[in-house]
Amino acid sequence: MIRIHLKKQILTSDGPLLLDVHFEFAGGTFVSLFGESGSGKTTILRMIAGLTEPLEGFIQVEDEIWLDSFKKINLPPHKRKVGFVFQDYSLFPHMTVWENLEFALSSPRDRGMIEELLDIMHLQELEQRKPESLSGGQRQRVALARAVLRRPKIFLLDEPLAALDTSSRLKLQDEILKIYERFGTTILLVSHDLSEVFKLSRQVFVLERGKISKSGKPAEIFAHDHISGKFKFVGQVLEIFKEGVVNILTIQIGNNLTKVVATDEEIRDIKVGDKIIVAAKAFNPLILKYEGS
Amino acid sequence: MGLDFQPLVLSFKLACVTTIILLLIGIPLAYWLSFSQRRYKYILETLVSMPLVLPPTVLGFYLLILLGPRSFLGGILESWFDVRMVFSFAGLVVGSVIFSLPFMVNPIKAGFQSLPVYLTEAALTLGKSRQETLLKVLLPNIKPSLWTGIVMSFAHTLGEFGVVLMIGGNIPGQTRVASIAIYSEVEALNYSAANFYSLILVAVSFSILLTFYLLNKRTLKVF
Repeated sequence: MIRIHLKKQILTSDGPLLLDVHFEFAGGTFVSLFGESGSGKTTILRMIAGLTEPLEGFIQVEDEIWLDSFKKINLPPHKRKVGFVFQDYSLFPHMTVWENLEFALSSPRDRGMIEELLDIMHLQELEQRKPESLSGGQRQRVALARAVLRRPKIFLLDEPLAALDTSSRLKLQDEILKIYERFGTTILLVSHDLSEVFKLSRQVFVLERGKISKSGKPAEIFAHDHISGKFKFVGQVLEIFKEGVVNILTIQIGNNLTKVVATDEEIRDIKVGDKIIVAAKAFNPLILKYEGS
Repeated sequence: MGLDFQPLVLSFKLACVTTIILLLIGIPLAYWLSFSQRRYKYILETLVSMPLVLPPTVLGFYLLILLGPRSFLGGILESWFDVRMVFSFAGLVVGSVIFSLPFMVNPIKAGFQSLPVYLTEAALTLGKSRQETLLKVLLPNIKPSLWTGIVMSFAHTLGEFGVVLMIGGNIPGQTRVASIAIYSEVEALNYSAANFYSLILVAVSFSILLTFYLLNKRTLKVF
């Protein structure tokens, strides 16, 4: 069982906020902490790892107490068995991939594990390379493998995929799942990406205004407010082009550009740069397998 | 006229001993100054840099007062350990270490401060203590700063004059380093000997600095 209670004053873009969270979950679960950026998710992970000190709190991971402010227990970061994967690449620039991995070992007997992980994560070819010559996706794979070698009681993943492009992201999501299934570990993932949380985790805690507002299975949490049978997207108007009696709008939705036809009536209040909702009713979307990378 | 190499040998010996001691003191001190949250660190930071602005004679004068056999500290050292600090090589080392302190500490401190925080945090979460993180992660990543500190302290100690003269005097074989020898040869109107020492100091300092800059260019490229 993992029990966490943390209190800390943080500064957000909307001013100071009291972070006061209580949550617990069973060991061996893939759990996500979901919330908007700046909501204090990273601070919570850092407090669990011991990198940031809370005002007060209690952290129990399985049978170990890492923090108990009433009993004045506060283990330093290196005594807490966490596998922290940072958002930015955190490899040691002066070491090769192999040396980075070896650094995480607590006993030389585990050296066989390095080979195994290089194999699982498809990193053998990169063994002797320095981090500067690796791509973002490769670096995060090494960082993940390094965290595994620490043999942590809990993995703390701080938006590890946020800086990657879509294809590396999808690939790394699979690697994370592979690690989860292979080693049966407890993982706490912080993310503001709904699809990622939905795909990876078995349990979600939603962080809103400094408190855990909801918790449950991803399907239960997101079923009502976020996932709907209707197609409805928010986009930004990049160009309005009049052609004959209709107008053609170029709209950016996520990373995709799309063109939509609109009448004069519809675009009366809309100008370039506006945020708009594009919605479609009563139609059957085609679903095709995505072959590109 | 027989050329006396002793002052040169003494200068190099002093520079070597000083640099080694400074490296041992400088790394922990720079580490503390870089990462400590305490307010009073600014006082220590100021003290470390004082030799940059003070005339060497001021420092030498106070060391002379502080370490003289009739002072409290000098008295203890002399009666308990039988070490006389003034007009001795030991005294020169103490003076040089203090005088060259900023040349060692400031580059290393700048090196530590330029490192991204994640290096330390990643090492800590991987179960390494602060000491191990310092030795295996931080120091290897600030090699150019370490070299700057070593070379600058060494070269600066070679060229030291005021502190040495105040605290060491001019005792051949003990405290008569090259810079002092030049001064006393000129006073004795012995220009050729003065020229000999000067030329060697110029040549050595030039070569050290040149090698350093060439090497540094290469190391910096690696990063």
